[in-house]
Amino acid sequence: MPPPTKPAPVPTPETLPFWEGCAAGELRIQRCQACGKHVFYPRPACPHCHSTDLEWVVSDGTATLHSYVISHRAGPGFAEEVPYVIAIVELPEGVRMMTNLVQVEADPAQLPLDMPLRVVFEPRGDVHLPLFAPAGSAA
Amino acid sequence: MSAKDDIVIIGAAETDELGKLPNISTMGLHLEAARNALADAGMTPADIDGLATVQTPGPVSIAHALGVEARWLDGTGVGGTSFLFHVRHAAGAIRAGLAETVLITHGESGRSRVDAPGWGRSPQSLNGQFEAPYGVFGPPTAFTLTALRFMHETGTTLEQLAEVAVAQRRWANKNPRALMQDLITVDDVFASKMIAWPFNLLMCCLVTDGGGALVVTTREKAEARGHDKPLVHLLGAGEAADSPMVSQMPDLTSFGAFKRSSAAAFAEAGITHSDVDHLMIYDAFAHVPLYGLEDAGFVGRGEAGAFVAEGHTSPGGRLPLNTNGGGMSYTHTGMYGMFAIQEAVRQVRGEAAAQVEGVERSVVMGNGGMFMAGATLVLGNAPR
Repeated sequence: MPPPTKPAPVPTPETLPFWEGCAAGELRIQRCQACGKHVFYPRPACPHCHSTDLEWVVSDGTATLHSYVISHRAGPGFAEEVPYVIAIVELPEGVRMMTNLVQVEADPAQLPLDMPLRVVFEPRGDVHLPLFAPAGSAA
Repeated sequence: MSAKDDIVIIGAAETDELGKLPNISTMGLHLEAARNALADAGMTPADIDGLATVQTPGPVSIAHALGVEARWLDGTGVGGTSFLFHVRHAAGAIRAGLAETVLITHGESGRSRVDAPGWGRSPQSLNGQFEAPYGVFGPPTAFTLTALRFMHETGTTLEQLAEVAVAQRRWANKNPRALMQDLITVDDVFASKMIAWPFNLLMCCLVTDGGGALVVTTREKAEARGHDKPLVHLLGAGEAADSPMVSQMPDLTSFGAFKRSSAAAFAEAGITHSDVDHLMIYDAFAHVPLYGLEDAGFVGRGEAGAFVAEGHTSPGGRLPLNTNGGGMSYTHTGMYGMFAIQEAVRQVRGEAAAQVEGVERSVVMGNGGMFMAGATLVLGNAPR
């Protein structure tokens, strides 16, 4: 049996604009035109005011490190990455997403919470995944 | 409360053995637990007219295999807390006349995986798109993701996180059925294998095979037919949902479903924290009991770690917590909630291995998924 590959997302009609944004190098999230709040994960209606009047906006690609673990066991396809950082990051708009941290050592001393990050996109299957690197690291 | 509306647990039992049971299927574990609980209640399947269990293998299969002709079925599956939901749903159904005596079963071949469901999720699911791609490998790398934020905002230390495992092992040390019984220290916890920083192996739950079942009816019915063991009364119950993905919790440092379900259960029971003699909080990982203590208001914000480290939840402490040893030391099949209820029933009956003296009221708080859904039961030795 070949070694497992990393799981690749498959978009749905509701999430496709997000993944199209990633392929274009943009982090697109939804904004409710009725109440002004931002929404992530993509969905058809605003969970805050229930309006269906959502527009896609481009976030600036920055984020902060909200929380994380350093996995010492390999998820499917991650055997060569161990140990690796699974993180929850917060965008300036307040929404959060799960991601991996890259271009940084998987060492708690290098990973203070709230450290500034910037998005980088990695091809995976038919999409590009948003990963995050320290804001000061080389592009 | 009238004997008709007073809901009681009349039967409660686990499978004969817990641990590694490769010779029993998922279904077999459900059925063994069901037989044991019925025997505990002095009943047969003919006495049961309602059945609740999770969708593996589901209430229809369990009813069919047991020969139960159910007129009420509940297949609520919201993770390991599902059985607390089932108790609450059964109480509502019984009071509404939809059923009279409900059997709730759990069986899970979590370790041996005999006819266990697969882990696979659609790559189009929310999880498949927004969490699985990042190398999460089950609960040890997802359920744990909130802990550093919790510690950061509450001042909880890594040592205090380890103390949760140490405290529960003290209880397991008194329980011959616990899988892990040897006393441990904070240093032992830190010396155990690193799973997902900041979690060492001993801060993570066990992975076992086993099952448990409950028989729920009215006090009127129980008193009419007679019962050998003390009745355990359902004084209050609450249920709530939080987030389908851990990354989408509105607040990583508080579990909304613990907060809301405990508030509802306490209000229904008409109790306050000082009325609680015994507590079970679902402990898939060492941080979860700390959330439970704070979210239910047993301690203030940021106080749970010190509360546990100072021994208040250990044997002899003022709030005995997870007295079977919990998911980290007793057993954890995957959906542990049934075992938390079982221990609360034993404590209220006065028949636990590590019995706490004079338990009149016990509170059980269950987590489902990874901070996905939660429920709270208030059980007591006398009607409300």
